[in-house]
Amino acid sequence: MRAWRWLAEQALVGGIVVAVFLGWELGVAALRVPPFILPPPSQIVRHLISARGLLLEHTWVTVTEVLAGFGLAVAVGVPLAVGIVYSRIFEKVAYTFIVPLQTIPKVALAPLVVLWFGYGLLPKMLVACLIAFFPIVIASVVGFRTIEQEMLYLARSLDASESQMFLKFRLPCALPSIFGGLKVGIGQAVIGAVVGEFIAAERGLGYLQIVSSSRLETSLLFGAVAVISMVGLGLFSLLVVLERLAMPWYQPAHPERPGA
Amino acid sequence: MTGVDVQARDVSKTYVTKRGEPVHALDRVSLEIAPGEFVSVLGPSGCGKSTILMLVAGLIHPSAGEIRVGGEPLRRPRADASIVFQRDVLLDWRSVLDNVLLPVEIKRLDRGRYRARAGELLKLVGLTGFESKYPSELSGGMRQRVAICRALIQEPRLLLMDEPFGALDALTREQMSLDLQRIWNAARNSVVFITHSIEEAVFLSDRVVVMSPRPGRIIETLPVALSRPRGAHTRTEPGFAALVERIRDVFRTQGVLSS
Repeated sequence: MRAWRWLAEQALVGGIVVAVFLGWELGVAALRVPPFILPPPSQIVRHLISARGLLLEHTWVTVTEVLAGFGLAVAVGVPLAVGIVYSRIFEKVAYTFIVPLQTIPKVALAPLVVLWFGYGLLPKMLVACLIAFFPIVIASVVGFRTIEQEMLYLARSLDASESQMFLKFRLPCALPSIFGGLKVGIGQAVIGAVVGEFIAAERGLGYLQIVSSSRLETSLLFGAVAVISMVGLGLFSLLVVLERLAMPWYQPAHPERPGA
Repeated sequence: MTGVDVQARDVSKTYVTKRGEPVHALDRVSLEIAPGEFVSVLGPSGCGKSTILMLVAGLIHPSAGEIRVGGEPLRRPRADASIVFQRDVLLDWRSVLDNVLLPVEIKRLDRGRYRARAGELLKLVGLTGFESKYPSELSGGMRQRVAICRALIQEPRLLLMDEPFGALDALTREQMSLDLQRIWNAARNSVVFITHSIEEAVFLSDRVVVMSPRPGRIIETLPVALSRPRGAHTRTEPGFAALVERIRDVFRTQGVLSS
């Protein structure tokens, strides 16, 4: 019974997706829209396949930038959160810088970063890091603070040292929240890397988009968009797997859906 | 393993709220617990009974007065005391066995030596076979049993229990009382048991300390003369009902219960 329902739901979702693309394909043909404005999905797919070598090469560049920027954001953000949780002075100083920084659209800083650091990996990595950084810090701070009072009492009654308190109590308590921040951050890092490539690059999917746009190779442009989205999806899924491995105990709550 | 004695003399505790107003949680409370004695502290919500427990645990400090455990002034949590909270406070990321062995690990003792003891304790509370489960896979009653095992792993001389069955349903609660009574009969450590259930206090204790609403004061201390070991039969003894009724009377004169 449940299997049937699941199957029916999957079929419905799949059917809608197929219908949208079919409508696109037929609509473009019927209205005679020129392919450089809106290519039909079939042409995009053909281009994706024929240009796979080129796409793969640029994908690799972008993925490297995303991972480097994201890694830097984690490496700086999580320890920063620890500092914020443990020291009031540190919290004040850090927030004085972080909060105004967050109100600036980081994309607006990208040209400056490029001006300072040139064309290579570094500026894209920094823009990705800058954007991914904030959600990671905030989620980690929230996570480290979610520990219940009784658990602190328990730790104190056992005479736990400060490092035990952190490693055996605070950190595991914080993991669900930290992973929440990482999941938001990885998507942001992809945006950051691509924006960095828009501004100044010789390689990468963002660069490929700019080039194909100027050459009116719209189906390649769409192909690049599709690949960027796949990169984001893939990295996100990777985090979900890591999350399960890091927290085998964790069972997210499944509240009843309203109206269900 | 034997119990340790506790003496609280004229202990008061005043909190300051966020608005800066003082709250008198406890007012000159004096309490003596003999080694191996099971004492319940009984009172309505907000009478400061949990504050007594936190004080005896050494987790908070009295505003006035002095607490001695084993003859020594209490300054910090003692290694030979352990606490069971109202909520089980199990670590979700550790298996049942690892939760029970947490104190051993924190104190950097030999895990292997305590492994067998953990198994015995889990057997005592009917959780054999659950060693590798995570807390999220257990019911509320089972979780609290694990928390009790964790508190007992180091054979504490003083066991402090803060409404340990308060979050459980009535039936589970009654079974937990029976189990605790059985466990304590074997261990015979000193116990401070905080509760708001009159029957639970009478069933388990050697002595019941009755407290008034805020500011918390001890208004009556009643010895429980029921024979041990106690069990399901204890509740049908005439002495049981009489004592329960007497404590109700105390609460009636206090206005906690209407007459």
